Amino acid sequence: MNRYLLWQYLSILAAILAGLIYTLPNFFGESPAVQVSPLRASLKADAALLERVEKNLKTASLNPEVAALDGNSVKARFADTDNQLKAKDVLSGQLGEDYMVALNLLSRSPQWLSSLHALPMYLGLDLRGGVHFLLQVDMKAALGKALEAATGDIRSALREQNIAYAGVSRDGNMLSVKFRDAEARNKGEAEIKQRFSDYALNTKEAGGEFFLQATLKPEAERRIQDSAVQQNLLTLRNRVNELGVAEPVIQQQGADRVVVQLPGVQDTARAKDILGRTATLEVRMVDEEHQIGTGAAAPFGTELFKDREGNMLLVKKQVILTGERINDAQPGFDNRSNEPAVHINLDGVGARKFKEASRENIGKRMAIILFEKGKGEIVTAPVIREEIGGGRVQISGRMSTVEAQDTALLLRAGALAAPMEIIEERTVGPSLGADNIKRGFDSTKIGFIMVSVFMIAYYLMFGAISMLALAANLLLLVALLSMLQATLTLPGMAGIALTLGMAIDANVLINERIREELRNGVTPQAAIHAGYDRAFGTIIDSNVTTLIAGVALFMFGSGPIKGFAVVLCLGILTSMFSAVLVSRAMVNLMYGSKARLVKVAIG
Amino acid sequence: MEFFRIKQDIPFMSYGKITTSISLVTFLFAVFFLATKGLNFGVDFTGGTVMEVHYTQPADLAKVREQLAATGLPDALVQNFGSSHDVLIQIPLKQNLAGAKLSEQVMGGLRKQDASVETRRVEFVGPQVGKDLVENGALALLLVSLGIVGYLWMRFEWKFGLSAIIANLHDVVIILGFFAFFQWEFSLSVLAAVLAVLGYSVNESVVVFDRIRENFRTMRKAGVAEIIDNAITRTMSRTIITHGCTQMMVGAMLLLGGETLHYFAMALTIGILFSIYSSVLVASPILMWLGVSREDFIKPEKTEAEEVLP
Repeated sequence: MNRYLLWQYLSILAAILAGLIYTLPNFFGESPAVQVSPLRASLKADAALLERVEKNLKTASLNPEVAALDGNSVKARFADTDNQLKAKDVLSGQLGEDYMVALNLLSRSPQWLSSLHALPMYLGLDLRGGVHFLLQVDMKAALGKALEAATGDIRSALREQNIAYAGVSRDGNMLSVKFRDAEARNKGEAEIKQRFSDYALNTKEAGGEFFLQATLKPEAERRIQDSAVQQNLLTLRNRVNELGVAEPVIQQQGADRVVVQLPGVQDTARAKDILGRTATLEVRMVDEEHQIGTGAAAPFGTELFKDREGNMLLVKKQVILTGERINDAQPGFDNRSNEPAVHINLDGVGARKFKEASRENIGKRMAIILFEKGKGEIVTAPVIREEIGGGRVQISGRMSTVEAQDTALLLRAGALAAPMEIIEERTVGPSLGADNIKRGFDSTKIGFIMVSVFMIAYYLMFGAISMLALAANLLLLVALLSMLQATLTLPGMAGIALTLGMAIDANVLINERIREELRNGVTPQAAIHAGYDRAFGTIIDSNVTTLIAGVALFMFGSGPIKGFAVVLCLGILTSMFSAVLVSRAMVNLMYGSKARLVKVAIG
Repeated sequence: MEFFRIKQDIPFMSYGKITTSISLVTFLFAVFFLATKGLNFGVDFTGGTVMEVHYTQPADLAKVREQLAATGLPDALVQNFGSSHDVLIQIPLKQNLAGAKLSEQVMGGLRKQDASVETRRVEFVGPQVGKDLVENGALALLLVSLGIVGYLWMRFEWKFGLSAIIANLHDVVIILGFFAFFQWEFSLSVLAAVLAVLGYSVNESVVVFDRIRENFRTMRKAGVAEIIDNAITRTMSRTIITHGCTQMMVGAMLLLGGETLHYFAMALTIGILFSIYSSVLVASPILMWLGVSREDFIKPEKTEAEEVLP
């Protein structure tokens, strides 16, 4: 009656063994490390980079404990922070600007564990220290910019087609074009409809004047907002790279917010400065009359810039256009050759300037330069094939689809950059983080000991079994958290303690039920069987209600609260497994084989 | 060892009027304090800046206040936090100061006084975020309540769902009443604790309800009040032991978890204590008054078939 089949014992044993293996990395702790990752898409972290890092460290007589490839970066672990800092200086000096060298912490767990993807739990900012920012993207400004640009474009479009109009004005989210007569308006409407497909048009007459009103279509509005957020994400990513943070988190949250988490960063003032900076974009002509002399200074009226592959190009100082004139840049394909291309949309003024410049410079190269913190980099330098009017520019040739996407994003990043505002900041110092870990750990430990003492005193052998099951629960929960690499926060640690306190409920239910059956005169074997059987339905019901609360918290909670919710939900699942199956297996092993069981130690 | 060896069922249902009256009075008190004093919402909800700084020697609060007033923040709240070395500075939201820059200004000022001062924690929350959090919190509460009623309805009957949620929402209001009365800070983690209590204390009612349902099947001759009395008496031992164990864990958190977890654990403690009371002595009487009966579980035509079973 109280026996499990061999495979049942074995699968429970296997689950616990897996739990042990995945919990193990948490015991080894972490050591200071240096992480080297390439900053350009064209560069890869490979064996050659690893070799370079090792060689550089060796010449500086720094001996890392381990140096290895991990994803798209090379990580080297050191015995202490002293060596780590020295190594960082050496590597950032030797590897140049193409690689980011960041400080990090690396698990000391042995190689075989890491190769099983057994990693320690991922600690949240409140436990490891660092900065958390929530930035709000100013959508009104993004839309305003688009509308402002459209105002100018409509003007130049009408002028180009010689359609008489009396004025274009913007009122909130609506553009209205004034015409003197209906005929001009009809012509204007046809023209605008064809060119500005993002706008919904309707007509109005008032005071003998004829109006054409244009509002952004909802899907166009959404697209503008999306690209504003996307472009801000990219810009932030580039800037965070410069801060040298090992594992930054930069994510969109909701429709118009961006979360930036920088573990280990203490200098919040600098972080804020860098995140808040705006990049600018300039279009200039490439100087092809002069040769770049090796080591020589750039000739008068020109400047030297690097392009994304690292080649130097001589560029004229005169600026044709700045990024503010770019309304939009989208990746796409060339109509004729079907090559990947970037389509750029300039505003009215920009279109005119570009038309002139392109007419005068057919066959020459033009450079688009991105300036950040006063340093320029050439995004792309295409050859002008023909005169380009109408403000629609296409860049194509020698580009992959990914590169086209990157370039489009970069062009937008320089141009649009909807302003962002920090609306939430949470900084946790490293000492507080360490204290928080200790507090969370201590309260769990003391609570566990108290519950153990009580349970064993109260239910004797069954109490001991319950506590072993509870320990298995803790083991499985920590293993699951490590396996999923879910973020562990201080509320998450509280969640571990709380789920342990709640998980004991299942065993209390079972033990009480067995006692009750025994008191009713049932034989011990039957009592054990009935106890587990009858308590099971109740255990499921009571856990489901807590699970509902956990899921709701996960859906609506943010940051640390989400961490609590994750632990709560996982804890409920592991507790059902351990309280019912693990404890049953132990009871079965102990009592199941005894045919004549007269008494069980349940107090 | 056994604490509860009770021979006779305790006639809880005959006390029903008294126990529900007591909880009604407590509930009204809680509502009264919520209405008059209101919750002391933390920076998570109101917006503003909270800074925790650490000094190597015991901090001189008067000097810190002086410095803050010189920085243009005379309304900043300065108090010790945990120990005499730690200082908590709370600055309300201001229109004229860029919130995110504020913490640097304050630290700059404090460093001038004492270079050894160390930032432990900075929390700045803008007004937009607070509003969202209140909305999300209310939504989560609603979702949890509906989810629980729905589940209990499916698993038992609507009467069970309704009485359980009345009893447990009354726990929530009482926790909030405590926070209003003592003006403890109501933060995001307290909200999480409140929602966890809601899920947790419902399982108390579930255990009793399970027994009631079982008793309807096994105690054929007994009346409804007797059946409920028996269910409560027989689950009482488990109720108190389980909650005792959970409370041991929560108590450890309350005492050792530090300031951050203190009110979280406090909310759980109040919730656990009241949920024992309410799920047994409030949910069950309500269930009885809602008119729970044997027919809710056992369809008359099935009765015969059941009786054939051993």
